[in-house]
Amino acid sequence: MHISPNLILDLMIILVLLGGIHLFNKPGTARQGNLMAAVALVFGGGATLWHNGLFYPGLLAAAMGAGAVSGWRLALRVNMLQIPAMIAFQHGAGGLAASLVAYIELADNAVTLGGVNQAAGIISLVIGAGTFSGSLIAGGKLAARIRQTPSILPHHGLLLLLTIFLIAALAILSIFFIRPIAVFFLIGMTLFAALLGVLFSIRIGGADMPVLISFLNATAGLSAALCGVAMQNRLLITFGATVAASGSILTHVMCRGMNRGILKVFTGSKGGVKFQPAIIFNLDGTVPKMETQPPFRNNTPLDNLLAAIAAMKESKNIVIIPGYGMAVAQAQFNVVKLSTRLGEMGKTVRFAIHPVAGRMPGHMHVMLAEAEIDYGLLYEMDTINEEFKAVDLALVVGACDVVNPAAMAIEGTPLSGMPILMAHNARKIIVCNLDEKPGYSGVENLLYQNPKAILLFGDAQKTTSALIEGLSEQFADEMSGTVP
Amino acid sequence: MTDILFMAAVFGLSFGVGYILIADVPPLLHTPLMSMTNAISAVVIFGALVLLSIPQGGFELTLMAAAIIAASFNIIGGFFITDRMLKMFKTETPVFSNDPSGKRDNK
Repeated sequence: MHISPNLILDLMIILVLLGGIHLFNKPGTARQGNLMAAVALVFGGGATLWHNGLFYPGLLAAAMGAGAVSGWRLALRVNMLQIPAMIAFQHGAGGLAASLVAYIELADNAVTLGGVNQAAGIISLVIGAGTFSGSLIAGGKLAARIRQTPSILPHHGLLLLLTIFLIAALAILSIFFIRPIAVFFLIGMTLFAALLGVLFSIRIGGADMPVLISFLNATAGLSAALCGVAMQNRLLITFGATVAASGSILTHVMCRGMNRGILKVFTGSKGGVKFQPAIIFNLDGTVPKMETQPPFRNNTPLDNLLAAIAAMKESKNIVIIPGYGMAVAQAQFNVVKLSTRLGEMGKTVRFAIHPVAGRMPGHMHVMLAEAEIDYGLLYEMDTINEEFKAVDLALVVGACDVVNPAAMAIEGTPLSGMPILMAHNARKIIVCNLDEKPGYSGVENLLYQNPKAILLFGDAQKTTSALIEGLSEQFADEMSGTVP
Repeated sequence: MTDILFMAAVFGLSFGVGYILIADVPPLLHTPLMSMTNAISAVVIFGALVLLSIPQGGFELTLMAAAIIAASFNIIGGFFITDRMLKMFKTETPVFSNDPSGKRDNK
């Protein structure tokens, strides 16, 4: 392998990309990192054009313009609640682009391509098509256009295997026949690959969307890298491999956050196990003595609200636990306002973010950043979980599964074994969720049975608004003498 | 470059280095990371550029146009949404944070 100017240029471009990714390790430098990655891509494109020339400048300009303008407009408009759906659709676009390029390369150069290149091209085509269709399903689920529960067809596993077999058969046939017959086999194979993506994705439940999105991120990168192998393009291989690595890491983090193996996630759980606790019991199975004061479950909403306000006022050490429900209710602005207010009152306020809170990795963080949170207040589960024993108040907003002690207490549910935030260890708990219905796992939330929990059901925006008002001076004046 | 071992090495090395670098990205930045890597995966547009450097038939051109539209959408959309998100992250020394544990996740 001789050292050519192209190799040097490629190496420089790759170094710029890797440098950009490295700068992503801190929020302070991440923007520059993003810029560097973009620069690497632009230079790579420029180098490719300069090296190869261009036969269709008009087509390129028109197509790039159309894509760029629509991408730009969407990037300006999308809010953080819609981000997971947008990213899912983008994964689809990436898979589509990779499969189309791989197809043309295979169709154009089938005669001259070596065995490895051809095989890589076919795999790229299949994975790209599967990523495309799978991403559309994922995006549909995230945009709530497709139902959230896993759609498990009869003999679903068998259907998947059959589809894979057909894809393999058509792939082999396409290699051994020449154009134009080979083209038909290729197209047939692509259609079955798209079917595979659909079959794969509809089986995955709403709770596991973070895993699916991360996985599609990885497959989109893999498809690009394999396209690079087919076309013998260094930059495609390295850029694609880097993306595949990123997707793999995020998939791993999500699976670990749920303590479920990736295969279990992909084969789909059978929905939730309905669990109806008949009595309040401790986590070790014993039944507590009856409280002299009635548990908060039986109070009127107003009593609960006043109790919650009192709890906030007397607490010194507060941890807020946000969940997807907060995002849906768009309550993140109120939550941040509340945290600021509590901080001004001299309390310690921290946020505990569960790894799989939200619909994608890092979702809660950007939701709160949208509301201008100081990100220094955001803590990961592993760092803060031990602290709950010393915490005066755990304030749960729109979070269900991630604080559900049933994950630790009950076996055999989709939730079993998942690490949770130990909100139940805090001295007092306030829950601002929509209703008593279970989260995506379908498992009833034992936290609602906890005598320490003040339950404020309803729209989280309204609830948090009431809590903020309750902290204000005039409210205290009005209420003086009537606070229990 | 036709050597399969060489290409496997390129893939493996990039995957490995990428893995090591990205393992350091904090959960705080996982969402912008995903949107940025999304934009990077649109690198296949280089492949389309190469294929467009020679004459092609109408059917192929249609497919290439679709690929370029999709890739450009990802590149522009991806980098800009990432930048938009990253602009939102701000920190200041909190006046009230007297965290008793002494531990901090994001500095």
